[in-house]
Amino acid sequence: MSERIEGAARAGVHPVVAMVARRLAIGFVTLFMVSLIIFFGVELLPGDFAAAVLGKSGTPETVAALRGRLGLDLPAHIRYLHWLGGMLQGDLGTSLSGDIRIADVLGGRLFNTFFLAAYAAVIAVPLAVSLGIVAALYRNSVLDRAINISTLGAISFPEFFVAYVLVLVFAIQLGWFPSFSQVSLDTPLGERLYVCLLPAVTLTMVTTAHMMRMTRAAIINVLSTPYIEMARLKGIAPWRVIVQHALPNALAPIINVIAVNIAYLIVGVVLVEVVFVYPGLGQLLVDSVSKRDLPVVQVASMIFAATYILLNLLADVLSIVSNPRLLHPR
Amino acid sequence: MMDDSRARGGLLLEIRGLKIEARTSEGAWNEIVHGVDLDLHRGEILGLIGESGAGKSTIGLAAMGFAREGCRIAGGSIRFDGTDLATASEAVKRHLRGARIAYVAQSAAAAFNPAHRLIDQYAEGPIRHGVKSKAEAYADAKALYARMQLPTPNEIGFRYPHQVSGGQLQRAMTAMAMACRPDLIIFDEPTTALDVTTQIEVLASIKDIVRQFQTAAIYITHDLAVVAQMADRIKVLQYGREVEEAPAATMMASPREAYTRSLWAVRHMEKPLAPPPALDPVLSVQHVTAAYGQGVTVLDDVSVDLHRGRTVAVVGESGSGKSTLARVIAGLLPPGQGHVLIDGGPLSPTLAGRTREDRQRIQMIYQMADTALNPRQKIRDIIGRPMQFYLGLDRAAVTAKVGEMLEMIELPKAFADRYPGELSGGQKQRIGIARALAAEPEVVICDEVTSALDQLVAEGILKLLMRLQAEMKLSYLFITHELATVKAIADDVVVMRHGKVVDSGTKADVLFPPRKDYTRTLLNSVPEMDTRWLDRLLAAR
Amino acid sequence: MTRALRRIAQIPPTALIGMAVVFTYAFVALFAHWIAPFGESQVVSSQYDPWGGAFLLGTDNIGRDMFSRLIYGARNTIGIALLITALSFTVGGLLGMFAAVRGGWVDTALSWLVDILMAIPQLIYALLLLTIFGTSVPVLVAVVALLDSTRVFRLARSVAMNVVVLDFVEAARLRGEGLWWIVRREVLPNVLPPLIAEFGVRFCFVFLFISALSFLGIGIQPPLADWGSMVRDNATLITFGDITPVLPGLAIAILTVAVNFIVDWVLAKASGARA
Repeated sequence: MSERIEGAARAGVHPVVAMVARRLAIGFVTLFMVSLIIFFGVELLPGDFAAAVLGKSGTPETVAALRGRLGLDLPAHIRYLHWLGGMLQGDLGTSLSGDIRIADVLGGRLFNTFFLAAYAAVIAVPLAVSLGIVAALYRNSVLDRAINISTLGAISFPEFFVAYVLVLVFAIQLGWFPSFSQVSLDTPLGERLYVCLLPAVTLTMVTTAHMMRMTRAAIINVLSTPYIEMARLKGIAPWRVIVQHALPNALAPIINVIAVNIAYLIVGVVLVEVVFVYPGLGQLLVDSVSKRDLPVVQVASMIFAATYILLNLLADVLSIVSNPRLLHPR
Repeated sequence: MMDDSRARGGLLLEIRGLKIEARTSEGAWNEIVHGVDLDLHRGEILGLIGESGAGKSTIGLAAMGFAREGCRIAGGSIRFDGTDLATASEAVKRHLRGARIAYVAQSAAAAFNPAHRLIDQYAEGPIRHGVKSKAEAYADAKALYARMQLPTPNEIGFRYPHQVSGGQLQRAMTAMAMACRPDLIIFDEPTTALDVTTQIEVLASIKDIVRQFQTAAIYITHDLAVVAQMADRIKVLQYGREVEEAPAATMMASPREAYTRSLWAVRHMEKPLAPPPALDPVLSVQHVTAAYGQGVTVLDDVSVDLHRGRTVAVVGESGSGKSTLARVIAGLLPPGQGHVLIDGGPLSPTLAGRTREDRQRIQMIYQMADTALNPRQKIRDIIGRPMQFYLGLDRAAVTAKVGEMLEMIELPKAFADRYPGELSGGQKQRIGIARALAAEPEVVICDEVTSALDQLVAEGILKLLMRLQAEMKLSYLFITHELATVKAIADDVVVMRHGKVVDSGTKADVLFPPRKDYTRTLLNSVPEMDTRWLDRLLAAR
Repeated sequence: MTRALRRIAQIPPTALIGMAVVFTYAFVALFAHWIAPFGESQVVSSQYDPWGGAFLLGTDNIGRDMFSRLIYGARNTIGIALLITALSFTVGGLLGMFAAVRGGWVDTALSWLVDILMAIPQLIYALLLLTIFGTSVPVLVAVVALLDSTRVFRLARSVAMNVVVLDFVEAARLRGEGLWWIVRREVLPNVLPPLIAEFGVRFCFVFLFISALSFLGIGIQPPLADWGSMVRDNATLITFGDITPVLPGLAIAILTVAVNFIVDWVLAKASGARA
């Protein structure tokens, strides 16, 4: 890898540009590979998917009909090209039963899911990063231990448990919030924020712990380097050591921590939507899995996968750009 | 008043009964420095010398009132110009650090912040301590960079640490320590990580600048010859206690304690000169060229002959390709061109292509005994495995032979049931030797086997290797960067630089006197046990 | 005896509590048959009976004893999670060490495959595969073990990589030792401690993951008692302010907290010893 970057440097391209280009290329190849898995995963099934879905109730005629509707008669690579081409043009196909155009149900749900995830992220990220920094600065203090034990607990709680406890307390007993988060496309923002607060808090609780612990570890790692000791020995004030010397070097690891935790957010969103009967993509996905509605599952998986890969890619690029060694090559 | 005391060389630092404790893994506090006294006058340089575990760095940091994570100052007083740093508040100490007491770390590459330019790190101290404005600090930095003989002193400060070489960084760090014109600088092994030819330049510029500003210094090192060039007085430490203290010249000429003398043990060794070899070589490297990947060539047309029962020392600085040569011979890196012959027959370039007999004939001893022995295997298994593998010995025979081997390397038989973690560094290196010899090889590659060891231990290892060579007719390919070691053990010498052989032949031909310019530079760069050596050398330029 | 006591006294209270909890759960899971007053799927009363009387925690949505199902749930949920973790460690751990020692294209190919499998959240793959293969316990075990083994692979590979570069492994290679010998004798003993700590971490993850799947109705299937699906089946009660449905969730939470406390202590001990 370094050879390639040096090569780029010789060719007059800034190594950061070369590296970012490389990451982007890897990201898109990965996305393509994942789309292959999502699409061709069904080929792993011994026998025929249509027959498997219909099970004992399937007659040769109904199986043939389902095969036709799913396009299983066509060669796999043709189907894939159709599917991918359709996706790129916004034609997402129809559901298993053939009566619903996936694109019609998806739009609103997609917006709802992104809204909820972003809502949670806006609370969780600043909270987790600042808690992590505080815990690292006062490590081994009572405060650090308290944060450590409570986050360890939060990591251990199933999302649905946290969600139902919140519902029990704040929706049923105190009656402050609704226990179901029903929204539609024309729900005003203020009401949306109010209705979604419990699910967002649930997501915050389950993601903050991981993010905070990893931030703490990243900061402690930087604080134990010789250049931090050097800054102290130069008589620099403690807060300035943190801001001037530790933070620029801790930025890249913290960005990575945030990116990694997007995974927890996505997993959490699916569960939280089910608990709060929130009309998002996650609930649609789970319903479709129970019904073995493959076309819908494929589309929803692809959207989750693409979002996740792109966000990770963004984090990767940001952490490259914030690395002084890469930014100022030899 | 202050100027007056400086002129008189008044007392600047007075440490009495300093005790420092370190926390063990169980959480208990364990004393590692046991009541050390230290006096330092204005403008004076004190050398602190000792081997690993002597506590010299810990004491150096304590002179700034600083203890590393997991350590604490447990007793005694550290009076710096009237202030006791052992009891002073953080604010008082912060005020002194950087401004009146500065620190130069061992690894400048790690101690400079990778996120900031050198000159900004220089200016930070003066600005924060209110000594200079940013513009003044910049101008001052450039002047000091020039004084420290850094190339392009007006521009070099605007680079980032990773853009500057190790020797230059170390000088930039010394300049940074000078930024506030402190009364005292702590130098913590500032040249240990550098090559000899680089070290001498750094030593010269440190000595020059400390003299110019009449700065007092504590110079910490494990190398007595280095400290002799720098210090007015030398204090020898062992296991957190003082062994002896004397003016530098006295210490060099007539050390009181046997321990002090042992600090230059290897320098006393010298293998007698051998006549030129008569027979065909047992190992012959012929015109080998090698590179890692498609990258830069690391070995360029290298030829080396090793004769039976003799030692050829391959000597060079970092980047000379000497370790790569060992990898080519061992089969770990197939050469691009050329080949390796053993007993006149060709060896396969790759490890996979070599037979069990081929592998058995060449054995390797490593630099770091810590990583060369599997910490989860007993000594019995470590030494026994080659016997079982190459010689096909059964369990009982292996047990008997492991006992013999342990005796041969001068360790108790009971060590067979121990794990490497229970052994000292020197003992571990002996086990590494036993493992190599257990295979009954013809050629042994010794890769910097004494570089990580304290002098007395290193001497023991070298003597053991020589005894075994005489007893078993072994042939050693000895890779090292230390010329003292070369003199101690070599029959033949190969000098390498930038992947090429500079000179090769018998020790007398190559070294006494040096035939090539580079060999001479190398020899001249090794500090001698003489307090005036550096000054003489600089005067001769 | 006093030495043993002193050793126990050195263990932080959180880890001690953790161990006590784990032993209790293990006991309940092993002897579920004798402890539970009623059968696992035995319908004993009408639906949603209140607490007390014959039914300590009332009955569930189809009239089975809540307390008995909670006890059987320990056996099923923990048992399946353990089985999956063991499988993923065997597969991921061995392949990870193998890749590190073998190097070359084998390592590149395996690492690339794992990268692809880890490029998106495991839940998404799990949902996709469960759609394709249908929901049954063997499918669940295979799918989750496969997905989780990618994480074990990464850890085992990176820990083994740190060992493989050490000189004693090079010495073994120079001697001509085989791949399997190097994995077993040189690498495995040195990577075991971090892998054991990771086993606890992965167990918690798998345990939470299959509980989540069961809660979504696509994990462990009825009539097997399982904590995740028990929450789902009785969720209606929450709207009436009844805490019974969250009890299985609490049971999950307590066990994972306990295991995490132990892991935390083991890791802290390991890092302390190194420093």
